[in-house]
Amino acid sequence: MAIEILYFARVREAIGHGGETVSPPDDVRTIADLVDWLAARGGGYAEAFADRSRLRAAIDQLFVTPDASIAGAREIALFPPVTGG
Amino acid sequence: MNRADPILIRVTADDIDVGTELGRLEALGGGAVASFVGLVRGGDGLVAMELEHHPAMTQAALAAIADEAMARWPLAGVTIIHRHGRLVPGDRIVLTAAASAHRAASLAACAFLIDWLKTKAPFWKKEHFQDGASQWVDARAADDEAAARWSTR
Repeated sequence: MAIEILYFARVREAIGHGGETVSPPDDVRTIADLVDWLAARGGGYAEAFADRSRLRAAIDQLFVTPDASIAGAREIALFPPVTGG
Repeated sequence: MNRADPILIRVTADDIDVGTELGRLEALGGGAVASFVGLVRGGDGLVAMELEHHPAMTQAALAAIADEAMARWPLAGVTIIHRHGRLVPGDRIVLTAAASAHRAASLAACAFLIDWLKTKAPFWKKEHFQDGASQWVDARAADDEAAARWSTR
């Protein structure tokens, strides 16, 4: 299952690019699983995802919680808490 | 853009012409227009503020906030305009505004719009300082609390 992942702000800078297409294994079912799987790559990924309390996500452009299923997702965005306005 | 459309959402690199935007709401026929303008705060050696956003998501997120305001108060119209890109102290960042028949609805809706936007729209601010340092702005607990006070109807 190929999913487009987008990174923003502090997460984007730590990882070093704004996005990629990934094909996680079948046991990666939720946003939290996906973040664990990405963080296991180490380096900038481990740094970007070190503090899960400061991580937010959206699936197909809607905010979701870490327990949200990624089944059928076309695009997943990972980013820090928003600071607009 | 249809002038009679009650909701105007815009995400832009350009400055916001507040007079023109309030004029659009004034023309909708209500007796009240309330507005909030957010500016880049200077001081502490800040030379620029960079606004990053999730382009595909931003428009829909702002539209959802406007729809929620229209559902909660009897409004004639809502405007949300948010800038992105590199801004300097004194620059406008955001305009939220609402029009209604009487002041109570537009004043409450305007406060709701900016409070919800702070926690529900995918924008991130990065500060650049005179000495070359830069840092991402941290989300504030006070913003979550301000948004939460609108959560119970």
